[in-house]
Amino acid sequence: MRSNAPRPRAHGRLNVNGIDLEVPLDPDRNLLYVLREELGLTGTKYGCGEGECGACKVLIDGVAVRACQTPIGEAMGRAVTTIEGLASGDRLHPVQQAFLDVGAFQCGFCTPGMIIATAALLTRTPHPSDAEVRAALDGNLCRCGGYLRILEAVQRAARSGAEKGGTSR
Amino acid sequence: MSVSSPFIPFDLLAPKERPYFDRYGNGLVVVLPPQRPGPSGWGAGGPPHGGAWIHVGEDGKARAFSGKVEVGQGTRTALALMVAEELRLPLSDVELTMGDTDVCPWDMGTFGSRSMPDAAQHLRTTGTAARQILIELGAGRLGVPTDRVELVDGRARVRGDESPPAVGYGELVRGLRRVEMVPPDTRPDPAAKWTRAGHPALDSGARDVVTGRRRYTSDLHLPGMLYGKIVFPPTYGAKLLRVDLSAAQALEGVVAVHEGDLVAVAAPTLHGALAAVRAVRAEWEATPQPSESEIVEYLRRHPAEGEDFWDVVHHEAGDVDAAVAAAPTSLKETYTTAYIIHGPMETHAVLAAWEAGRLTVWMGTQTPFRARDAISDTLEIAPASVHIVVPPTGSGFGGKHAAELAVVAARLAKAAGHPVRIAFSREEEFTQAYFRPLAVIDVRSAVERDGSLSAWEFQVLNAGSAAARAPYRVPNQKIDNQPTESPLAQGSYRALAATANNFARESHLDEIAARVGADPVEYRLRHLADDRLADVLRAVAARACWTPRSAADRAHPDGHGRGIAVGLEKGGRVATYAEVAVGEGRHLEILSLITGYECGAIVHPSNLRSQVEGATVMALGGALFEAVHFEGGRVLNPRFSQYRVPRFRDIPPIEVMLLDRPDLPSQGGGETPLIAVAPAIANAVYDATGRRLRSLPLTPDGVVP
Repeated sequence: MRSNAPRPRAHGRLNVNGIDLEVPLDPDRNLLYVLREELGLTGTKYGCGEGECGACKVLIDGVAVRACQTPIGEAMGRAVTTIEGLASGDRLHPVQQAFLDVGAFQCGFCTPGMIIATAALLTRTPHPSDAEVRAALDGNLCRCGGYLRILEAVQRAARSGAEKGGTSR
Repeated sequence: MSVSSPFIPFDLLAPKERPYFDRYGNGLVVVLPPQRPGPSGWGAGGPPHGGAWIHVGEDGKARAFSGKVEVGQGTRTALALMVAEELRLPLSDVELTMGDTDVCPWDMGTFGSRSMPDAAQHLRTTGTAARQILIELGAGRLGVPTDRVELVDGRARVRGDESPPAVGYGELVRGLRRVEMVPPDTRPDPAAKWTRAGHPALDSGARDVVTGRRRYTSDLHLPGMLYGKIVFPPTYGAKLLRVDLSAAQALEGVVAVHEGDLVAVAAPTLHGALAAVRAVRAEWEATPQPSESEIVEYLRRHPAEGEDFWDVVHHEAGDVDAAVAAAPTSLKETYTTAYIIHGPMETHAVLAAWEAGRLTVWMGTQTPFRARDAISDTLEIAPASVHIVVPPTGSGFGGKHAAELAVVAARLAKAAGHPVRIAFSREEEFTQAYFRPLAVIDVRSAVERDGSLSAWEFQVLNAGSAAARAPYRVPNQKIDNQPTESPLAQGSYRALAATANNFARESHLDEIAARVGADPVEYRLRHLADDRLADVLRAVAARACWTPRSAADRAHPDGHGRGIAVGLEKGGRVATYAEVAVGEGRHLEILSLITGYECGAIVHPSNLRSQVEGATVMALGGALFEAVHFEGGRVLNPRFSQYRVPRFRDIPPIEVMLLDRPDLPSQGGGETPLIAVAPAIANAVYDATGRRLRSLPLTPDGVVP
């Protein structure tokens, strides 16, 4: 079939975790697929493919977005931060540290998306109320039902001054 | 990852013939062979399974092996704690391998809350036996009798003498290649003496979770790996009439297989695999399927014969019919639950690779050994030619028992000559996994003139037998469980039968208590036949500042309600208190929940609390709004945007009370804490409104029907 005949793939430059990477620019690829399958950055998870669960959240220019709903073209020329890029060397981002200290996960599969969403929230609102946290994280599902621990971790991160950790770069 | 010479899995060799030391180095190995299951619960009367073995190496560390798996509920750390405790080792010096079929003991599977009562006990016993031998070795080395040796943090020393010489375990086992069986009279220390277990502990893999480094099956990648997809029938139970693979096979790099009703493809990219699925021309013949509106009658008309994944229960005492006929008051009601999904965050995923005729499958499964056997049967290869590895798994909740996906990946990998990974899309997870059964439960009860229960009849259809027996004293009882021919694929689920049966029983008990004008707490305490459960109920009622409800109180519902329910299952005792408000438009708001739980000696307190919290949250979904809608063999709401699960906004204040009983054996905590949530809420709704809700979900549209 003609559509499958070998053809040169257009490439573009994607900035991920502070590094410029050449990635194929197939229009049917979304950012989640490129991160996981082309770049091997598997910390960002597939959970639903329809933007309902938040497992695929990454930061683009400091804002939490759902990578499964982001065509790869939209991420070009912007700064993408995944869960792998949140820590500074061995020093965890305050939100990561808070999730670790509280033990705010069970199976851990939703955790990267939760941490990314929290990091974005605390950049925007360093000391959120309980209602603000719930609203910001309502698009993130945890099927283990670990919501209480996560709420605790978010407040712990807020207290530890997560706003200073902010976004990457 | 690769095995060069023909390898025989350890469980297929006699304990003393296994190549422990070639693989793990010199040292001491202590083996507990598979154990006969207990008299009740899952696996009762089945073949011996489980057991454990521990290797203490020249590095002074312990490697422990269990056939159970960690699907994300924290048992790994709890089990490792048991080994650390009995071997007097820091937790960081214990490495636990779980569910790897090449080296772990054969195990039926991780379900039925058996990890703590079985695997933890097996590891404890094995650790205790290993400790005895280390003490003997230490006595020889230190030149003192064994009763003067103590083991502290991985070293043997003369009791009470903190000055050197202390000898590390690595030194004690240097040059040894010694295998011992656990002596039959081995008795672990009582929990009251624990110094590591029962105390806070950090999950050794936690850092990888928050950094995104933890690799689940769906994250694994091998060189040359292809992406597999299955061509599923359009409706449940449809039969494949004919299939034409030629267009799919013409696509670049695509491999397709067809075996019976199975059609599957693999391609170098996921997009290529999806294109290949679209290119397959398949004709299916649908089989008639009942729709949701007729399901209760359908199940009543279609009893199933023979064994199922649940055991049939039949219990009879006294004469229920006579007691009902003689009673001043009797009550008969029917309670139902819906089909619901497991919805693990990580959908089903497998990666299969062949090397020199041997198959390795990485998969998130609750039953690795049964998967090995199923693959070996289906592909007609020796069990020794199949190796199942269970990577970290994004939860299961009873939904990851099947081996079909592994078989498909193995077939594709063989046909392609490349490793193949298959991961379900979320929609496939909704439609191609199995559901928690929809249950129909008929309850009939009668009371004496003084209000006490005289008769209890409990007819369970399609739920299973767990928690069908009432923990109450009733002289005349009849309890039956009837499996049915379910029109949708159904199977194991976290506390599946117990949730349904407990909802029916605790709702009905509340109804009969209201009928005789009794307070719900007092009425339960009056009939409870289990002192431990009564203790949990008292603790929760006290915490909730429960005040007795008179008939007069209940005659004038004011939109504010309080309800309570208890449950006893899998050795755990639970009581849940719910406080609700039903306001404008009959909108239901859960104001608070209190769950009290007792499961014997607590091994890992923070994880148990986490399990009880999570179970309470998961139970909320099934109690309030979760239901699979279906028609003509098709699921109508196979997406999270169409099927509501609990989110942050749904979570009320939840208080968890753990009752520690170091004098009693440890039981599981992942399932039983679910089972009192739905009836506690239903009872609270009744208290608030006078309306009795007998179907789960209680408020599918957010309002009291």
